[in-house]
Amino acid sequence: MRAPRETVDSRGGVDESWAPVPASFFDVDGTLVRTNLLHPTLFYLANQPTPLRSVGSLVRTAARAPRMVLAEMVDRRRFNELLFLAYQGISSDRLHILADEAFDTVVRRALYPGARDLVQRCRDHGHEVVLVSGAPDFLMERLARYLGATASLANRLEIKDGYATGKLLRPVVAGPEKARLVREWARTHGHDLADCFAYSDSYSDVPMLSVVGHPCAVNADLRLAKLARTYAWPMIQLGGRSVAAALLERLP
Amino acid sequence: MSSNGSPSSAVFSTRPGRPRGGHPLVVEIHKRSAPRAVFSGDQLVEIDLPVGARVVYPRPPLEPLKDVDAAIRYALSHPEGAEPLYAKLRPGMRVVIAVDDISVVLPPMQRPDVRERVLTIVLELLAEHGVEDIEIIIATSIHRRMTADEVRHMVGDRIFKAYWPRRLYNHDAEDPKGMKELGTTDHGEVVELNRAAAESDLLIYVNVNLVPMDGGHKSVGVGLCGYRTLRAHHNPHVMRDCWSYMDPARSALQTSVDRIGRLVEKTLDVFHIETTINSRMFGAALDFLHKNEDDWTGAERAAFRGLSFTLARLPQPARQAVFQRIPSPYGMTGVFAGECEAAHRRTLERCQAQYLVPFEGQADVVVAGVPYISPYNVNAFLNPLLVQVMVQGYLFNLYRGAPLVKKGGTMIAFHPCTDDFHKEHHAAYIEFVHDVLPQTRDAVEMHRRFEEKFATNPSYIEMYRRGHAYHPAHPFYMWYWGEAGRQHLGRVIVVGADNDYVPKLLGWETARSFAEALEMARGASGGRSAPEVAMLHVPPIAMVDVTP
Repeated sequence: MRAPRETVDSRGGVDESWAPVPASFFDVDGTLVRTNLLHPTLFYLANQPTPLRSVGSLVRTAARAPRMVLAEMVDRRRFNELLFLAYQGISSDRLHILADEAFDTVVRRALYPGARDLVQRCRDHGHEVVLVSGAPDFLMERLARYLGATASLANRLEIKDGYATGKLLRPVVAGPEKARLVREWARTHGHDLADCFAYSDSYSDVPMLSVVGHPCAVNADLRLAKLARTYAWPMIQLGGRSVAAALLERLP
Repeated sequence: MSSNGSPSSAVFSTRPGRPRGGHPLVVEIHKRSAPRAVFSGDQLVEIDLPVGARVVYPRPPLEPLKDVDAAIRYALSHPEGAEPLYAKLRPGMRVVIAVDDISVVLPPMQRPDVRERVLTIVLELLAEHGVEDIEIIIATSIHRRMTADEVRHMVGDRIFKAYWPRRLYNHDAEDPKGMKELGTTDHGEVVELNRAAAESDLLIYVNVNLVPMDGGHKSVGVGLCGYRTLRAHHNPHVMRDCWSYMDPARSALQTSVDRIGRLVEKTLDVFHIETTINSRMFGAALDFLHKNEDDWTGAERAAFRGLSFTLARLPQPARQAVFQRIPSPYGMTGVFAGECEAAHRRTLERCQAQYLVPFEGQADVVVAGVPYISPYNVNAFLNPLLVQVMVQGYLFNLYRGAPLVKKGGTMIAFHPCTDDFHKEHHAAYIEFVHDVLPQTRDAVEMHRRFEEKFATNPSYIEMYRRGHAYHPAHPFYMWYWGEAGRQHLGRVIVVGADNDYVPKLLGWETARSFAEALEMARGASGGRSAPEVAMLHVPPIAMVDVTP
């Protein structure tokens, strides 16, 4: 995609020329919103057709918690797969009927102050804004609409006979796969990756951050903050900063 | 540390009979002269200047005002070209007070800061006249936001507790709702100002005038504006047409700022309060750094040796802390209020009385140490781009009349040029130095190819708005700031650099010692036997009033 873009000439005048439009890729959980994948999942589990089913689902998910913690430490994709098992047996209708309420209750209210401004600024400068998230697509589509983003690349649940199987359709949006999806998006939409931006809070997104010309750490976890300092990546704090991150930033 | 191998007087001899100016602050070097002390970043070194070289020393600090509060009250009641401040006040009106940011004074001054003293009296006056709708804006323009601690130091505990952060805050030039366009000058300069200031019934500006380029229309016309306005004059074309930045009458930058300021004053009721300070940058312990080294006592010489020995052994952060964390005992020498240009004329007179030193002739070679601080690195490291702006921007421009160095002459500077940056304050500088400079040093080309990309980078803008980073256009302005010097100077030789590639990126040469630098300079002057050498002995600030 190529679009006209105003550039300021050397004397402050305006010169119309054709230049590729950059894209801005945003991770969502922890980056734009303070919640993580667990929050909307718990919302769905707590809102089952009967209280008994809610309790049962919550107990089963809690039983998987130790495995999820281990998975999170080694492989974000495996973590996503374990977490999304919680959706098993929920009807497709229910997923979508509850999506508006889940978005309002869990996602929209958890947006960091400044997140909307940041996305708006990217749009003002003509960027295509793409959300790249491990969260379910039916929530990310709503968030994309709310923020005015161009598109979202999010996880899709497998549906069989109108019910979620608890499995994720390929590709699972997590870790290095995000980087591949970003490259793919840039290639098919005519963006020069050197001009593109990516934003994330998590060390697990370093592959995605590394493929663009302008990576940016947002509310960075300790490991990402350390890496961002080493490579002089811009660091933004949309939420409160952790004590560890604050201490790290004070180091000479 | 003394640079070995002082050149012989046969090579750098005096020129008998040539007028030397004769001013007591212009000291000519003789065979038995003591070595001169120069800053090399946050270290001190001694150099042996060639016989016949002239050293320009700063004027001694002017006597501070005896009763500062009385002087402030008098200025508010007897303003220049305007009615007294009290006559402008009425209950229920909306008043915005704007104050200069941390870029002045350097280093920050001992408490109470001049701004605290002025603000205290102004706020009392407002309260007496029933004015309650008051906001205080720190006029940062596109500088970094000041931290809460820095603001508290500047305005004092009482004002800080009463106003921070809702009614005392940093200007945000990138807040889309926080800026208002006032119009366009007859030269096409778009004037966009802080909305709260633009919509106030009365705007009061509290300035601290460190150097002659501060204050006047620059206060509001730069301090409260944004990128759209700044780019009209902060560009290579305007910068090349300044002789010098410190001589407002001959500065194209100042001319543009004046046009912007006059448009602002047509639209808004602005009451200016300008203050001047003396040059007492160092406390009693370091007072000898103001003095001619030939006049140092034994104790002062020992103190210098001890200090330079200690600094050489301290790690850099400790050296930075030694110099930057100790506030300066500046004294207030004047306060002038009222209409912008009328008040500023008085300010400039006072400023020039402190800084100007007459100097006859121009030199082939100018020598200057680069100190540890600039307006843009308070509480941060003086990174390579700021070293550049100190050499080709500030030190070169500390003149009136004609540059101290001849066209095509050489500047010898002392600095380690360490490749280090404050990761937050100067985030965009890093990309500028390591991505833009390797591609081009041509200011016009970088202005055309790169400036807008930086200036619209959402990540950097977010760091400016919510963190404490300089705006991403700022590194470009720092390069343009050196443009007049770059166009005038034949070469810059840096002594004491800890690497070769940073000076190379800046377009400079390196020498291992001052003697080697002098030999290189002699070669550049066509091998003439006696290039004229002058040294600017700063800090504290001195400005040369050059008669070519």
